Amino acid sequence: MAIDLILLSALLLSAIWTVMTIRLVHSVVGLALTSAILAAIIYRLDSPLAAVFELSVCSGLISVIFITTVSFTQRISKERFIVRRKERLLRFLYLPFIVIIAGLLLVRYLRIPQFSLPLSAQVTDVRLVLWNMRHLDLLGQAIIIIAGVFGVVVFFKEPNK
Amino acid sequence: MNPDTFELFRYFIIFIILLFISGVYCVLVSFNLVRALIGVEILIKAVTLLIILAGYICDRVALAQAIVLTLIVIEIVIMVVAGGVVLWAFKYNKTIDPRRLSNLRG
Repeated sequence: MAIDLILLSALLLSAIWTVMTIRLVHSVVGLALTSAILAAIIYRLDSPLAAVFELSVCSGLISVIFITTVSFTQRISKERFIVRRKERLLRFLYLPFIVIIAGLLLVRYLRIPQFSLPLSAQVTDVRLVLWNMRHLDLLGQAIIIIAGVFGVVVFFKEPNK
Repeated sequence: MNPDTFELFRYFIIFIILLFISGVYCVLVSFNLVRALIGVEILIKAVTLLIILAGYICDRVALAQAIVLTLIVIEIVIMVVAGGVVLWAFKYNKTIDPRRLSNLRG
């Protein structure tokens, strides 16, 4: 339980740092760190396949997408950066206080009623669930991937002159 | 459910809510489209953890993993397309500040 709490605290701190840090590249690195910590938590919750996906896809691929997006957008001058830093600091200063206050209130007042779990034989192999129990949503997933591919093609296509 | 698991479940729920608050705050307060996307990512992380936790508590880990795999695929598609939208917005407006995207139709 202590390890879980340490990992959860690290996850939250990393997410807050991701939101509050000034440079976008630092923010992307923070997001990758958040994903890596989340993968460790998911692994501890007996879900190794989801943990591997989270680590490889969310921590790796999404960081690459974000860094590509950031690198294609314009750099700002140093003077403008200083002005923006002050403006940003004022806007994001409240987040740690909001999180601390919300955390204290939740620890004090959040009460979850005890519930009993259904006693039924469950499928424990994720492959069986993925390929045998789900049909229509797999089709939907394939359509979403194709829509994503078309989206990328349309967005990165150079207009005809 | 034994008391230790229940207490752990309660702490997980608290941290998930706090993670969600951080994501919502980022989306609402930032004036940068890339940072707003990062906020959406944090929201998705909170939901991912919630699904895995629900599967763990209810002893349906396989089902939870299958749903999370779907979630991750959809997340990737959303981020790629949204990244393309941000790049196009930058190309035509020379800014990714949503307050300055004044030439949108509608």
